Amino acid sequence: MKQMKKWFSKNLIRIYAFLAFTYLFIPVLYTFVFSFNDSRKTNLIWKGFTLDKWKNPCGAPDVCNALGNSFIIGLTATTISTVLGTLIAFALGRYKFKGRSTTNLLIFLPMATPEIVLGASLLTMFVNLGVNTSMVTAIIAHVMFCISFVVVTVKARVASLDPRLEQAAMDLYANEWQTFRRVTLPLVAPGIAAAALLAFSLSFDDFIITNFTAGTVNTFPRFVYVSAGRGIPAQANVIGSAMFFLALFIVIAAQITSSRRKAKI
Amino acid sequence: MVAFKATSAKVFGLKDNKSFLPYLLLIPGLLWLALFFIVPIFSLGQMSTKVPGAQTGQFVQGYRFTNYVDAFNASTEQFLRSFLYGILATIIALAIAYPLAYAIAFKSGRFKNILLVLVVAPFFVSFLLRTVAWKQILGEEGPVVSVLRALHLISDTTSITSSAFAVVTGLAYNFLPFMTLPLYASLERIDPRTLEAAGDLYANGFTTFRKVTVPLSMPGVVAGTLLTFIPAAGDYINAAILGSPSNKMLGNVIEARFFKIVDYPAAAALSFTLMAAILVLVTIYIRKAGTEELL
Repeated sequence: MKQMKKWFSKNLIRIYAFLAFTYLFIPVLYTFVFSFNDSRKTNLIWKGFTLDKWKNPCGAPDVCNALGNSFIIGLTATTISTVLGTLIAFALGRYKFKGRSTTNLLIFLPMATPEIVLGASLLTMFVNLGVNTSMVTAIIAHVMFCISFVVVTVKARVASLDPRLEQAAMDLYANEWQTFRRVTLPLVAPGIAAAALLAFSLSFDDFIITNFTAGTVNTFPRFVYVSAGRGIPAQANVIGSAMFFLALFIVIAAQITSSRRKAKI
Repeated sequence: MVAFKATSAKVFGLKDNKSFLPYLLLIPGLLWLALFFIVPIFSLGQMSTKVPGAQTGQFVQGYRFTNYVDAFNASTEQFLRSFLYGILATIIALAIAYPLAYAIAFKSGRFKNILLVLVVAPFFVSFLLRTVAWKQILGEEGPVVSVLRALHLISDTTSITSSAFAVVTGLAYNFLPFMTLPLYASLERIDPRTLEAAGDLYANGFTTFRKVTVPLSMPGVVAGTLLTFIPAAGDYINAAILGSPSNKMLGNVIEARFFKIVDYPAAAALSFTLMAAILVLVTIYIRKAGTEELL
């Protein structure tokens, strides 16, 4: 008994962490399990196991159309915001210039503004200008809120670079462009990749800003929100689970490659 | 800190470049932010004082500042609720995330990276799907309510969803990684020797935690609470899915004013007030917590 008590108090923090992880994963597990539910329209009660929904994830009306739109918006916004954000990150991480703190403030503010204000203000501007909201306006909005996150992520990587590596390249007669292309960029690349992944997941999962700026374009989160009232089809669970495993695979693969690379060095 | 920042530029090899190269790098991104973040905020401010025009959905500038008073009076309740729910959710998220981040930073050994991935992993499943999942798990036909009712722990008429409890825990759940990751980052940076030194000076475990670990993790606490509070106070999805009409937050009001009632000036006034209130609160909080490093 005494031993048990001792074990318990020694491992209290681990038990707590285990419980916290359980809490984190309950909805994930629920979403995954109910992707196998043999349900008709709504997916509220367990009716039996089936693989049908996994075999035909587009079976529910509109779900794949919404998913496709989310991918188009997500990939376009990720590409643009990663390029623009990386350029800013290099400027901030590499150079001293006037207006540095103003730049930092301009990067920080969108992250400190609630999404609903970002969405509402963009919609107001589009209304004022007489622009109809569409996929284009949604992409514009997504790029805007992704840039700051890209800057923060890439800047951290640029700042942690050892300047001696670049100096070594210059000592070996590489010019500024060669140094950048052959030394700096490969070293910063993992940071850029992480930023792109973050931007894509922010964009793909966004509901509030999209709701204000996408007009009638359906996206995956919008599809779920609209169907939530009458019960979402199990196909949405299939897509959610598939995205979960895809993202997990990418992150774990990235971790393994980076630890291998470290082991080589 | 300021002195450190000034010298750090030299230490880490920031180039003192007189050319305009840095500006070339900055221009495209900052222009995007100026056009699609700054300008829209001004549009919002402009819209907030407009008055209805000849046609429905048309508004003309009338510099009617009483729009703010009217909008605020009509939704004081939801306004206060947004802040209350936001603060409660932040406290709950902190209570869950701090021990979790501590365990990962100090007690996880070689599993550290895997556990970090696990913290973020649930958030790869769409935000809305997870919220709907909670609704169904805690809902009328879900397992939790059935078990509690069978055990007579709650009455047959009590439900868990459609309540303030469900909305607040939903908010805390959804923004948990924003709390956990900054906490982990600042805990992980603590030099273990400072903790050993505290022990050598006869501090027990709890005193060490209180006097060394907590103060050193303050930047993480400040960043985490802000990153949780700001989106939580502005959220309306949790209230819409997990709450009842009596749990509506300011976000729900703004959304309805935009899309259902088409009263853009009132919606703009409320959005503007929300942003201003959050900015003021955040500034006070950062001053009090004494970390300027965030920017």
